[in-house]
Formats: sequence, structure tokens, C-alpha cells
Amino acid sequence: MNEIKLIEIKEEILSDNDLFAQELRRKLKENKTFVVNLMSSPGAGKTTLLLQTIAVLKDKYKTGVIEADIDSMVDAEKIREAGVESVQLRTGGFCHLDSQMVRQGLEALGSDDFDLVFIENVGNLVCPAEFDTGAIKNVMILSVPEGDDKPLKYPLMFSTSDVLIINKTDMLSLSDFNMDTLYGHISRLNPKMEIFEVSAKTGRGITAWTDWLTRQMSDFLK
Amino acid sequence: MHELPITENILNIVCRHAESGSVSQVVSITLEIGELSDIEDEWMQHYFDYLSKGTVAEGAKLKINRIPIKLKCSACSTIFEIEKSMIGQSKCPKCMASGDFSIISGRQYHIKEMEAR
Repeated sequence: MNEIKLIEIKEEILSDNDLFAQELRRKLKENKTFVVNLMSSPGAGKTTLLLQTIAVLKDKYKTGVIEADIDSMVDAEKIREAGVESVQLRTGGFCHLDSQMVRQGLEALGSDDFDLVFIENVGNLVCPAEFDTGAIKNVMILSVPEGDDKPLKYPLMFSTSDVLIINKTDMLSLSDFNMDTLYGHISRLNPKMEIFEVSAKTGRGITAWTDWLTRQMSDFLK
Repeated sequence: MHELPITENILNIVCRHAESGSVSQVVSITLEIGELSDIEDEWMQHYFDYLSKGTVAEGAKLKINRIPIKLKCSACSTIFEIEKSMIGQSKCPKCMASGDFSIISGRQYHIKEMEAR
């Protein structure tokens, strides 16, 4: 039997996806398509928030949606009813989207014409955090019933997202969710994170979020 | 939860190196994975055994080294290690600042080396 030899490899396991994502981001900048990657647990209100956001922005920007949540044929239907184009990605039970899948989604939409595209990522706070989708901004939604301790359980998601939307604030009085506790965790993990407190149900706080997005878009489209 | 695509990438990289290094059998693969990742070692091996059937890496053992989480304090530039369970609750050991840290280690997904014959 031959002797065992040690071979150095020194390669990043996710480098293929990272490189592809960087290339996709470069193309998106060139085409002036602002892609927002929306991530949350199932039931945090991604679709409702998306519908509220679209209602405000769709007349101003040509908007599209890439649906990837596993069980979201229903969601895709709702989005189309809201009057914007959407494509459903067949993620086949995948726990996350990667940049190749996002590019397929953009191609299916016909990405060159779009100003703004939302990705509704698969509903979980673990896997989507590890895979760069090529999006321009990463936005996570945390809903009040999930609790103020989530940054401690999913630190990677909280540290890789640019924006945190705290949804279902209409339920604050029903829970022991402590806003100060949450802000404390975030200031340690990701102090640069933009935070919006909203209720997608009542519409509270939505304007602050859409105004922020509009400002980002104007800078981007310059 | 995403062990499968990760494992697939590992296998591809390993097979490429095996080919160029004229290897007949990969015995072990050493990985360096950051503590922040939620990868389960057991599942990685399980998927690897499945995916590597019929390849030069069949039967190889994954040796997973966990790389600790290190934060850098923006106020005083001190770099300190913390446990995953303490992230979001930590203070800078030097200046006692309780916020504004950047993660400088703990997200690695790296293949270091392999043993082969």
C-alpha cells in the first residue's frame, strides 16, 4: 500500500457562490436593478410586508418579485394580484437561495427592465445567512411573537443583514417582547443595521421603511 | 440544514485536487469551519459518504476544526474571542464597551488539506 501523503488544499468552500454573487451584483449595478433579499422565519409576515411595500412603490419603480419560499404558490398569486410581476422558483425543498438561483429568477423576470426586484427567500433564519444571493441589500424581518432574543440564536443572520424590520408591533402589548433588549443585542452584533418598527397589518411604520428604500434607490439609480 | 450543497462543493474541490495530485484514494479531509456556522458535523459526513460513492474520495473521513468567533471592538480595536452563546451579550474585555463590534473570525468555510495515497 502506498504511503499516505498530505496535500494542501487551502480553498474556500463557498467561493464559487461568492464569486458568482459578486459578478451578479456588478451586473445589477450596471443594469440599475436594485435587488432586495428578504429573509425571515416562516410566518413573520414577509408576504404581507411585501404587499404593503409594493403598494407604495410600484407606480414609481418597475417592480418584480422572485418567490422562493417553499410553500408559496399562494404567495405568488397574491403578488400578482397586487399588480407586479412575479416568478416562482422551484427550490425543491432547498433551505436557501444561492446566487445562481437568483440569476435564473432574474432571467425569468427579464431583469434588465426592472428597477426594483424583491427576493422572497426561503423562510428560515439559518441557511439564507450563509449564501450571498448577489442582492444589493439584505433585509430581515423579525416579528414580535418570535421574541427579542432571536439575535442570540441566529447571530449570523443578524450580522449579515443591512436592515431589520420588526413586524407585528401591533402585538407588542400582548407579549413580553422588550424593544430595549433587542436593540441592545443588535448594537453588539451589527451596530450599522437600519431598524424599522412596523405593523404590516395596520400600516404603522411602513412609510419610514419605504422612504428609506426610496432614498437608497435614488442613490443607486443616479 | 444546508450541509448538502456545502458537502457537494467540498467533494468537487477535493476531486479536482486529487486529479492533479495523481491520488488513488483520499483518506481524510481537514476542514476549518467557523463557530458561527450552524453546520452539523454528523450530517456533513453522512452526506459526504453518500455523494462520494464511486469517487476517489469514497470512504474519506471529514476532520472538522471549529474556528472560534473573534470580535473587534470599534472603540479601542481590541480583538477578543467569544463563545457563540455569548454573542450579542458581550462586552469588550479592555474598554468595557458594550457595542459596536465587528466579526473578524467565525464565518470560515475553508478546506485546509487532505490526506491521500
